[in-house]
Amino acid sequence: MIKSWFKSGSPWIWLNAAAVSTCLIMVIGVLGLIAMRGAGHFWASPIVSMSYQEDDGQIKTIIGEHVDTTVTPALMAKSTGFTMADNEDVLIQYLVKTGNRDLTGSDFRWIQERHIKATSTPEDMILVERREWGNFYGQLTAIKESDNVVATGDKMWTALQERLQAVLKLHDQITHLEKKELGAINYALEQLRLKQKGLELKHAWNAETAKEFADKKAAYDVDYKKYQAQLAELHQQIRRDSLVATTESGVELVIPLAKIVEVTQPNKMGVFAKIGHYFKKLGEFLSEDPREANTEGGIFPAIFGTIMMVIMMSIIVTPFGVIAAVYLREYAKQGFTTRLIRIAVNNLAGVPSIVYGVFGLGFFVYILGGNIDALFFPESAPAPVYGTPGLLWASITLALLTLPVVIVSTEEGLARVPKAIREGSLALGATKIETLWRTVLPMASPAMMTGLILAVARAAGEVAPLMLVGVVKLAPTLPLDGNYPFLHLDRKFMHLGFHIYDVGFQSPNVEAARPLVYATSLLLVLVIIGLNLAAILIRNHLREKYRALEG
Amino acid sequence: MSEINNSMTQSSLNTATTSAYEKWRLLKDAIMRRAVVAGGLSVIFAIVVIFFYLLYVVYPIFLSASAESVAQYPIPEENAGKTLFLAIEEQNEIAARFTDKGQVVFFEAKTGKTLSQKNILLPEGVEIKSIAQGSPVGEGSIIYGLSNGQAVIVKHQYKVTFNGDKRVITASLKYPLGETPLVIDDTGAALEKIAFKVGDGSTTIVAKTAEKIRITSFEKEQSLFGDEASLVRTDSFLDMPAGNITDILVDKEDRNLFLVSDDGSLSFIDISKKNAPEIKQHLNVVEAGQKITSLSFLNGDLSLMVGDSSGLVSQWSLVKDALNKPAMQRIRSFKVSEKPVIAINTEQRRKGFVTVDSVGGMGIYHSTAERELIKEPIGNAAPVSVILSPRANALVFQNNDGKIHFWKVDNEHPEVSIKSMWQKVWYESYPKPAYIWQSSSASNDFEPKYSLTPLVFGTLKAAFYAMLVAIPLSLMGAIYTAYFMSPKMRVYTKPAIEIMGALPTVILGFLAGLWLAPFIEEHLSGLFSMLVVVPMGVILFALAFQNLPETFRQKIPEGWEGAILIPVILISGWFAFSISVPLETALFHGTLRDWFKSELGIGYDQRNALVVGIAMGFAVVPTIFSISEDAIFSVPKHLTVGSLALGATPWQTMIRVVLLTASPGIFSAIMIGFGRAVGETMIVLMATGNTPVMDLSVFQGMRTLAANIAVEMPESEVDSTHYRVLFLAALVLFMFTFVFNTLAEVVRQRLREKYSSL
Repeated sequence: MIKSWFKSGSPWIWLNAAAVSTCLIMVIGVLGLIAMRGAGHFWASPIVSMSYQEDDGQIKTIIGEHVDTTVTPALMAKSTGFTMADNEDVLIQYLVKTGNRDLTGSDFRWIQERHIKATSTPEDMILVERREWGNFYGQLTAIKESDNVVATGDKMWTALQERLQAVLKLHDQITHLEKKELGAINYALEQLRLKQKGLELKHAWNAETAKEFADKKAAYDVDYKKYQAQLAELHQQIRRDSLVATTESGVELVIPLAKIVEVTQPNKMGVFAKIGHYFKKLGEFLSEDPREANTEGGIFPAIFGTIMMVIMMSIIVTPFGVIAAVYLREYAKQGFTTRLIRIAVNNLAGVPSIVYGVFGLGFFVYILGGNIDALFFPESAPAPVYGTPGLLWASITLALLTLPVVIVSTEEGLARVPKAIREGSLALGATKIETLWRTVLPMASPAMMTGLILAVARAAGEVAPLMLVGVVKLAPTLPLDGNYPFLHLDRKFMHLGFHIYDVGFQSPNVEAARPLVYATSLLLVLVIIGLNLAAILIRNHLREKYRALEG
Repeated sequence: MSEINNSMTQSSLNTATTSAYEKWRLLKDAIMRRAVVAGGLSVIFAIVVIFFYLLYVVYPIFLSASAESVAQYPIPEENAGKTLFLAIEEQNEIAARFTDKGQVVFFEAKTGKTLSQKNILLPEGVEIKSIAQGSPVGEGSIIYGLSNGQAVIVKHQYKVTFNGDKRVITASLKYPLGETPLVIDDTGAALEKIAFKVGDGSTTIVAKTAEKIRITSFEKEQSLFGDEASLVRTDSFLDMPAGNITDILVDKEDRNLFLVSDDGSLSFIDISKKNAPEIKQHLNVVEAGQKITSLSFLNGDLSLMVGDSSGLVSQWSLVKDALNKPAMQRIRSFKVSEKPVIAINTEQRRKGFVTVDSVGGMGIYHSTAERELIKEPIGNAAPVSVILSPRANALVFQNNDGKIHFWKVDNEHPEVSIKSMWQKVWYESYPKPAYIWQSSSASNDFEPKYSLTPLVFGTLKAAFYAMLVAIPLSLMGAIYTAYFMSPKMRVYTKPAIEIMGALPTVILGFLAGLWLAPFIEEHLSGLFSMLVVVPMGVILFALAFQNLPETFRQKIPEGWEGAILIPVILISGWFAFSISVPLETALFHGTLRDWFKSELGIGYDQRNALVVGIAMGFAVVPTIFSISEDAIFSVPKHLTVGSLALGATPWQTMIRVVLLTASPGIFSAIMIGFGRAVGETMIVLMATGNTPVMDLSVFQGMRTLAANIAVEMPESEVDSTHYRVLFLAALVLFMFTFVFNTLAEVVRQRLREKYSSL
């Protein structure tokens, strides 16, 4: 019976079904993994205090957050050099984030479960998120105002929070002054210098213009000095307060409040407080600049850069894609040429993305950009303006890359518009372009939308070509700001996908940055899956609509 | 709206404007038609531009060099003596002539106008017996061996200053070891042949007198008190006959000394201990009856170019033999001419060289690329002296016609040839020929090694393992989804798997590198046991399911096997992992990784082909799945229904009818998937160690063409050879995917036609 069952091929069908199930498990598994690790990052986990027996027998206190657990079979543990007792089957190790990198030299340490003698979660444990040196874990002992202790004991906590709020406000003011006001003056001075050089090149530089420029420069210098004075004042104020805390080993550390982002007591937080804290952290992640070589802080510039690039790309790719599709469907005689174009479209879709990057770098950046510089920006030489990777070239390169997506999708939409509609319009005396513009294209617009959405999803996730044509790990300025001409297409920008690669693989502190990479991945995955689902929905909706029309 | 209103009011007022409006409409139609046609054709244009642009950048590396005469002029200051040696500085503006009367004449290289004339301080009544360039050649040091056993070292140097925007180069002479001649041979015997090495700390001079070969070295020693440095001198003699020595070379490391004699033998002497030189090897470097006619170091002083009287130039390098002892070995040779090679002049920055034969035939070659770049006569007899400029872009020589010639040489990319990119190349200081990609290094003398073979190998290896994972999963999945799955489940399954394809590869790469790679390293045995246990679990479950009571079985609708198998796979997978540890303890007495290493000698790299295979397989599955599922699904129903009606089981129908009909579609799906795997960048970049090794082992990493471009492109200098070779890598990728995609598309178009006729 079994033999005949095998002969009927049923087992094969089951195995084929298993392949589908495996694929589904893999998809769900990958998405689940990213979701779990990415979303968990912002949850305030308790700070554990453990008395731990070191290898030399000493008992020490370790304070930190539990991050990861590994279970190693005894045999494998032995082969990697652990001594295992006979009755131990497995070696359980915990990865603990102990912070205090300025004192211990590292953020993390692996400890063995069997050496932990006692565990507790004292309520007064504080977590200090610092601007430098990563997190601090310990106990608060005092608050200081320029070397004088102003609060101890129970009052410390509220005093700390009040003072920290004031300091954070000062910090915002300083950043605003430095980035916005001083940034604008620096930009204006640079523009002035370029203008002067431009005039010199045209031999139009004379005493009159020299005086005019000197006046302008003097005006800027006055402003500059004023802001500098303000800044000095603010720096003075911000340096005043500090907190004193003790670490696990009893060392006292003075942390200036100016270097602190946030102080929390996770062990005291209730569920609601934790939820509130979660969303606060999430908000900061989405809206703030990165800190400490991108391993901490937010990813706002990366989000912004990705969006800018995608918008620019959409503006370029849509007309080209739609026109090509219209040609294929409405104008061209089906035959050799259309076959050739279809082959070209398929090849454009199949060419590895890195090849687009190489092409973009050589052709757009060096040839087009180099010539633009030589023609329009002689005053900036030898510094390149457009002759270096930047937002514009990245957008054009990705537009080329996503062109096939828009073409294929639009073509499908055009194919679904019933012939009767075109014929009706033509019969009423409309020209071909009027027919297209007034009837066919509006009907096909959801399909174009689908194409565009898919193109955007593809562009948002593409990294390889961007590495060559304009993405950097840290852009000092956003491509859009308050300085004329506001949109700076020549600037380099940050990108979510590249951020993942860079922080995950090129950062000096990969372990500390890992949760951030998962969170960034989660964001990117959500955006891309959202876009794809939207495209699928629009497409399905469209199909239903035309089925009704045809019927 | 306003437009319509406008036209209506106008038409009622004036028919002439109506016709103008009509004209405008037609014009608009015509313009738009042209614009759309242009837009449509621009797609073809785009792909053609990409291809030709890549080709345009790559093309120059295959060009031959060119050389042309720019100027010739009478010897400047002819009465200053006969030319012993010519020199030219980096910018090709100033050349110098060193004469046998101890004069140095600096002149404009392009016109021959004398700029200055300097006299070298020689003792009265002494003749110059020998002259040699110091090692390293770029330093511009010259030594004169005199008839009274003394020697003088001079250095010709050029200072660049800017006078406004104008560059001014001034030449001068310097005596690095002082103006008083050094007494080399205290008996006063003439220094017939001489060679030396200059350096900040030490200077070594090797000189041959009539009877002896002596090595004199000056070590600069800082005295304890004060800044004055004193020179400590060491003298030693070589224990070999000096009589027939014709040429001497000292390398720039001050470590190896090479002597050649007129009978064609080469002696290799280790002089790292100055007071006790050690003769390592004597060997014959030319064929019997031939003579060594010229000798020179190749840039880096790691190998010797030996020119002989038969017109053959051979490259000899120190190669470590089986006992790890360095010995001179012939690496390659060039048949340069039929006549004796009288001069070999090597480039200072690359491994190229210029040869001149006794009838004035000049040739430019590159040693490692084994390319002959130019072969051209520059006269009709042996030239008096020849020098190649430091940047290898000019050639200055004095012919026997009594004139100095200045030639421009255009030789941008000599170091790449088809052979050096695709075949094994024997590089200096390597024990044997090998495929090596190594494009940059910290050292100045470093020779870039551009073998694309390891990169192509890595690309194919990664793609192969990815396909090994992807093809079974996606094809089996496609068969089931298109043919056996219930339509309701299919509606969700297909988009779910297709969304997999939309996942950014940077995320897959990140997970592969930081999560999967350590996971697999730890659970290698679990992975292997899963490959066996899970299919078995599925079959056992199916068998059990088959034998369940009919009433129970009917509760599960047909075509939902995929759904009920998910828990089965999860459980059997978990089971596989949990038995893997005891299993590997029992079978391999330790971990599987250690067993592979100790028993089979297979090393384990954490980021390896297995990790890449799984991650990239994951990325390729949706592509193959989607296209082949479409192909299978669109097989006309009457074929399958007919087959079933004739009594075939569903599986037989699948294999014999459906798959056969859909095979072209499946083929094109695999082609497109393969193209994607070949060009994928981020996953391999992040999930492999990116070492360009050629190792088929699944536990070793690789470097692919695409990852290599991503790693090296941002650092390569525009229009350099490296830049162009990277473009070539991109072109190779482009052509590769072009072939696969075009093939797939043609097959698909055929298939579409076939179906429409069925």
